[in-house]
Amino acid sequence: MVFESLADKLQQTFKKLRGKGKLSESDVAEALKEVRMALLEADVNFKVVKDLVAKIKERAIGQEVLESLTPAQHVVKIVNEELTNLMGGTQSRIAIASRPPTVIMLVGLQGAGKTTTAGKLANLLKRQGKRPLMVAADVYRPAAIKQLEVLGEQLEIPIFTMGQDNPVNIAKKAVDQALMMARDIVIIDTAGRLHINEELMNELKSIKQTVKPHEILLVVDAMTGQDAVNVAESFNNDLGIDGIILTKLDGDARGGAALSIKAVTGQPIKFAGMGEKLDALEQFHPDRMASRILGMGDVLSLIEKA
Amino acid sequence: MGFFDKLKAGLEKTRKSFTEKIEQLVIGYATIEDELLDDLEAVLLSADVGVPTTTKLMTEIRNGIRNKQINSPDDLKPFLQDKINTMLLCKHHAEPIENDPPTVILIVGVNGVGKTTTIGKLANYYHESGKKVLIAAADTFRAAAIDQLEIWGQRAGTEIIKHAEGSDPAAVAFDAVQAAKARKIDIVMIDTAGRLHTKANLMEELKKINRVIAKEIPAAPHETLLVLDATTGQNAISQAKLFGDVVALTGVVLTKLDGTAKGGVVIAINNELSLPVKWIGVGEGVNDLRPFAAAEFAAALFSDK
Ligand SMILES: Nc1nc2c(ncn2[C@@H]2O[C@H](COP(=O)(O)OP(=O)(O)OP(=O)(O)O)[C@@H](O)[C@H]2O)c(=O)[nH]1
Ligand SMILES: Nc1nc2c(ncn2[C@@H]2O[C@H](COP(=O)(O)OP(=O)(O)OP(=O)(O)O)[C@@H](O)[C@H]2O)c(=O)[nH]1
Ligand SMILES: [Mg+2]
Ligand SMILES: [Mg+2]
Repeated sequence: MVFESLADKLQQTFKKLRGKGKLSESDVAEALKEVRMALLEADVNFKVVKDLVAKIKERAIGQEVLESLTPAQHVVKIVNEELTNLMGGTQSRIAIASRPPTVIMLVGLQGAGKTTTAGKLANLLKRQGKRPLMVAADVYRPAAIKQLEVLGEQLEIPIFTMGQDNPVNIAKKAVDQALMMARDIVIIDTAGRLHINEELMNELKSIKQTVKPHEILLVVDAMTGQDAVNVAESFNNDLGIDGIILTKLDGDARGGAALSIKAVTGQPIKFAGMGEKLDALEQFHPDRMASRILGMGDVLSLIEKA
Repeated sequence: MGFFDKLKAGLEKTRKSFTEKIEQLVIGYATIEDELLDDLEAVLLSADVGVPTTTKLMTEIRNGIRNKQINSPDDLKPFLQDKINTMLLCKHHAEPIENDPPTVILIVGVNGVGKTTTIGKLANYYHESGKKVLIAAADTFRAAAIDQLEIWGQRAGTEIIKHAEGSDPAAVAFDAVQAAKARKIDIVMIDTAGRLHTKANLMEELKKINRVIAKEIPAAPHETLLVLDATTGQNAISQAKLFGDVVALTGVVLTKLDGTAKGGVVIAINNELSLPVKWIGVGEGVNDLRPFAAAEFAAALFSDK
């Protein structure tokens, strides 16, 4: 995309500003206009943007500009710090249950990447020496079970299916089966659903009540726009999610949805999907995500060094 | 109240519908003030309309106020709806049914937007309107993509051309077009694998599919539809641009409008790229497809869900 980076724009905004002293309110106001625009263009929810900009303003006004930084760099530094903070400083991992099996349930909108992520996660855990079982609890989408079966074959990981049976029943039987087969991880692939579909949201609640998953992970497409907050809030209210997996980050989406979702749920983003292949699942790095949203990788590393 | 709680409380407001908000605005402001316009801008942004197009619409509103087309807050909603409608109508194509069949329709888009499902729905639609339809499983990459299309073919009662998983997608497309000519098919629809528009090798593959089709029927594909997920934000513009660089897009299918996402980014796409929306997806069922109606869409942006 032909985005002019925020850093460039800020550089121009501050061009007039000679010498280094305190940042005045009007200097900051100009700069924050650009910050606001950049965040909105990155799909950060506009309400989150508003709160964030207010916070940045508070911090920036009246601050001494460091010797080593231009005023533009200084504002960028503050913006970046606030973004990283909001995104949750550290990386997270899957909580492994003390008594196996650890039950992980993947939920989300249609096409977000749940089934693929189930395969990726199983693959990752298998490589860490675990023995996963994947569960085909999507009984609606055409060939959803077959899709999981193909992934299971590719990964040489068993899958549990009962055809088009009731998903709650499937999940329950799958956990029983895992105990019998001594599988220590159960990954439940659920059907994509809209957060406003009460019937299907109730189905997830029933699965939760029945198998008491250790991790309910919301799978979110990195290209999601402003609606990300509504989706995340609904899933979180109904199910109480334990974390988020952000998919399709291998494209050019700025991924502002990450910030929005973090803001409404407070839950950590645990993994990033970086491709269609089954090894394309990575740890999520909040700091990298912050610079991605702002669209300025290199500038930040320079500032970090200053 | 913690930071997250505060944000959450704040976000409650964003969930309220467009209408509700505008009505509140209208009640809350006797005359048009800057704050009212700011709130209106927020409403557009929250529908994914994007900064440049929102700015453009806001300028139109300000002009409308200046030249007395808008005289009270009550005039705002109809004015805006009309402007959006006009933007969406800027370029509209008729259906591309060829006099000299088969008509070839190529379906492209990023991963998981609803391409295969849309083909199923369209196949059903054309089949029911009396056409002979053939669908081609040129997504040979994703696990069980062929099986998925086969089930849709059964639902729609149409024939399907498929090769083995992992085979060359262009060869499937070629076969399909040839078979269509031989079997006097009216409409051929080609399902392609989801691909991110930034992946050069996958976009190259799309070009090859295109070339192979054109070799059989020079005017084909007669229609190349980009499928966009209504939940997508500003990245959809990049998708439309980059897919458009590789294949000659003739329109957009906007899916998943049965959720709460407004799909406002298509306004920006229409505005910036003059690419018309032709169909909308409103569910996962075989009948959940509607022709796009600009006025309805503009109105729906303002409606409760
Ligand atoms: N490029 C890319 N594609 C991905 C990623 N994760 C998933 N996909 C693709 O996204 C599409 C949808 O993935 P699925 O795993 O079928 O999504 P789902 O959420 O299970 O879909 P439903 O079950 O229909 O709701 C497929 O084409 C996947 O290959 C990712 O990280 N990057
Ligand atoms: N609610 C809703 N879901 C839809 C709609 N269209 C498609 N879906 C769902 O979205 C998911 C993905 O649809 P697909 O047709 O497999 O998408 P695709 O673009 O072919 O995906 P890939 O081939 O993996 O890139 C499925 O769960 C569909 O049922 C729609 O209009 N509304
Ligand atoms: Mg799935
Ligand atoms: Mg498909």
